[in-house]
Amino acid sequence: MNLLIKGGRLIDPSQGIDDNLDVLIADGVVLELGKGLTAPQGTETIDASGLIVTPGLIDMHVHFRDPGLEYKEDIGTGSRAAAAGGFTSVACMPNTSPVIDNKAVACYVVNKAKCEAVVNVFPVGNITKGGKGESLAEMGELKECGCVAVSDDGRPVCNSELMRRALEYAKGIGIAVISHAEEISLVGEGVMNEGFTSTELGLKGIPWAAEDVAVARDVYLAEFTGAPVHIAHISTVGSARIIRNAKARGVKVTCETAPHYFTLTDEAVAGYNTNAKMNPPLRSAADVAAMKAGLADGTIDAIATDHAPHHADEKEIEFNLAMNGIIGLETSLPLSLKLVEERCLDLTTLVKVMSCNPAKILGIDRGSLKPGYVGDVTVIDPNKAWTVTAEKLESKSKNSPFIGCEMKGAAAYTIVKGQVVHKGI
Amino acid sequence: MGFRHKDIIGLRDLTKEEIELLLNTADSLNEVNNRDIKKVPTLRGKTVVNLFYEASTRTRTSFEIAAKRLSADTINISASTSSTTKGETLLDTAKNVLAMKPDIIVMRHAISGAHEFLSKRVSCSVINAGDGAHEHPSQGLLDMLTMRQRFGTLSGLKVAIVGDITHSRVARSDIYGLTKMGSNVFLAGPPTMMPVGVEKLGNVTVCKDMREAVHQADVVMMLRIQLERQGKTLLPSMREYSRYFGLNQEVLALAKENAMVMHPGPINRGVELNSAVADGDQSFVLKQVENGVAIRMAMLYHVCGGEPAEG
Repeated sequence: MNLLIKGGRLIDPSQGIDDNLDVLIADGVVLELGKGLTAPQGTETIDASGLIVTPGLIDMHVHFRDPGLEYKEDIGTGSRAAAAGGFTSVACMPNTSPVIDNKAVACYVVNKAKCEAVVNVFPVGNITKGGKGESLAEMGELKECGCVAVSDDGRPVCNSELMRRALEYAKGIGIAVISHAEEISLVGEGVMNEGFTSTELGLKGIPWAAEDVAVARDVYLAEFTGAPVHIAHISTVGSARIIRNAKARGVKVTCETAPHYFTLTDEAVAGYNTNAKMNPPLRSAADVAAMKAGLADGTIDAIATDHAPHHADEKEIEFNLAMNGIIGLETSLPLSLKLVEERCLDLTTLVKVMSCNPAKILGIDRGSLKPGYVGDVTVIDPNKAWTVTAEKLESKSKNSPFIGCEMKGAAAYTIVKGQVVHKGI
Repeated sequence: MGFRHKDIIGLRDLTKEEIELLLNTADSLNEVNNRDIKKVPTLRGKTVVNLFYEASTRTRTSFEIAAKRLSADTINISASTSSTTKGETLLDTAKNVLAMKPDIIVMRHAISGAHEFLSKRVSCSVINAGDGAHEHPSQGLLDMLTMRQRFGTLSGLKVAIVGDITHSRVARSDIYGLTKMGSNVFLAGPPTMMPVGVEKLGNVTVCKDMREAVHQADVVMMLRIQLERQGKTLLPSMREYSRYFGLNQEVLALAKENAMVMHPGPINRGVELNSAVADGDQSFVLKQVENGVAIRMAMLYHVCGGEPAEG
């Protein structure tokens, strides 16, 4: 089964390529890149003229709610949302029910993905047993059965000694540690960013310091142990500064931010909009600017959506009671392309943060179209204008603050192992 | 001009003219409250549901009396007796209430924004009787009515508001209302109880201490400290709070000679106010309660589409 992608602008930062090159995939593997490639008769051909061809996009932070919370999302629907958004791989977080802290649950995810997923679904296991922050999960076995990282995402590892040991132990095994950095005592009963909007709405605030303090701790633990750490969903000026400084002195820290943190401010909560409620919360305009600057200068390694599906009943409720999080897979690409349009990022950097870097951080053989690599490709139409509607979304849940918004840019083709799994053109 | 709002969620949403209209109506309705037969037929055949998710004696009673004096039928539902304890959501409870065709739901709720949430989803009027730390418009209006009765105007008054601003819905409604009416508001409280950006809510000055706020004030509004709500990290002790932010005669002497002392109640005697001040000549605490009935009558009347009151 072969596939030829012809006439597109190929951007592959892993090889320093930004050129009009064709991509030939044979048996699910990249066979050749070149100009005016021809293929044997019967080869399926995609006309990519006017389109951008990149290594398949990777979202290293999604919640597919499977097992246990399938009323919000499942591996099948989540993977179709990913494909629709142009993602060929996702890493799904372990705060399912039961949590992914052991081989049995990890294998369930891997096997279900084999049967139902249209994109690559890589499970993330827990750092601690039960995600309770008390003792280490069996990371070695989690890695053996396919976990690409460990994280207690949704909650921080509050015990600093345990976090130190997690970093040391994971380094020995060679598995990435993803930190949900949050100082719980500073969050208290906060439900949104602490600022003028929280004052106006009379909602309890979460100070930026709740994130910065926790990021600083994990950066120092990484420096002390010499082990790498990846900080999930950063959202503040301070987090970016702490990580920039740490990188400059050689600390092995990487981080991600989400499209909503470089697109929206806490003013989106006005009117008690529960689709603007997430953790970390939407922050100030200065924080939004810091996320853009951090992506532009390489401080922020990845854009990840923190795709967090919730049932309408969990959002159609008083603000304090509403669940945290929004879906993001199907709006991430256009929101990120907007940064290119604003000349904040160039396309090469965009592909780095949406494909190459996540692959490197997770240690997966993706994020490149070098011959011999898996034929995961995203073909992007940067000019396609469309409107987000609940009906159009593939995700089982519709909790997005972008419903009704105009978008520019979409995945024209999402290709996994040489197979077109989504066609948006 | 008429009153065009279906709901009254907060004073932030009302114009100066609408606030004036409510105060004028309340002034004229006060006359009813001083009659021998304290009842007019204005809202006969209307049904008012008091839906209280938070304990309240004063506000609930005041709304109930207000509705009854206008001849409306009133029903009280409190969280302890309603089906909320069975896990029914606010929206489901409201929909069930709505099925019985009330004209107005008067609600108190511990969560900021509960009223805005509800008002967008029900056809009847919603009046906010206090939501979390957001707004308490009937309190703000009755405070302004009490001040206006005394000084004839709100414009140019110096009003000191002292206490826990962060957690106070009364403070927010007072700030929105008073600054719209041209008063100058000065705030004082421990820095742990002063919310970010509060000076942007209106024409508000944050003072370094209570004395600065009270100095030459026309009105000193003392807020209730709620130990149960405010947790243990914000203050060392009630004793120390009272030393720095309690109103006694010595501090009150810094205000103008005829200054009013106000408090939304219930008072913690010896904490926010010492008894000599609470019971003294300058205390308008009970006048506030009295005006509360008239203000709530005016609110019920106007959301039901009432015309501007005569005289």
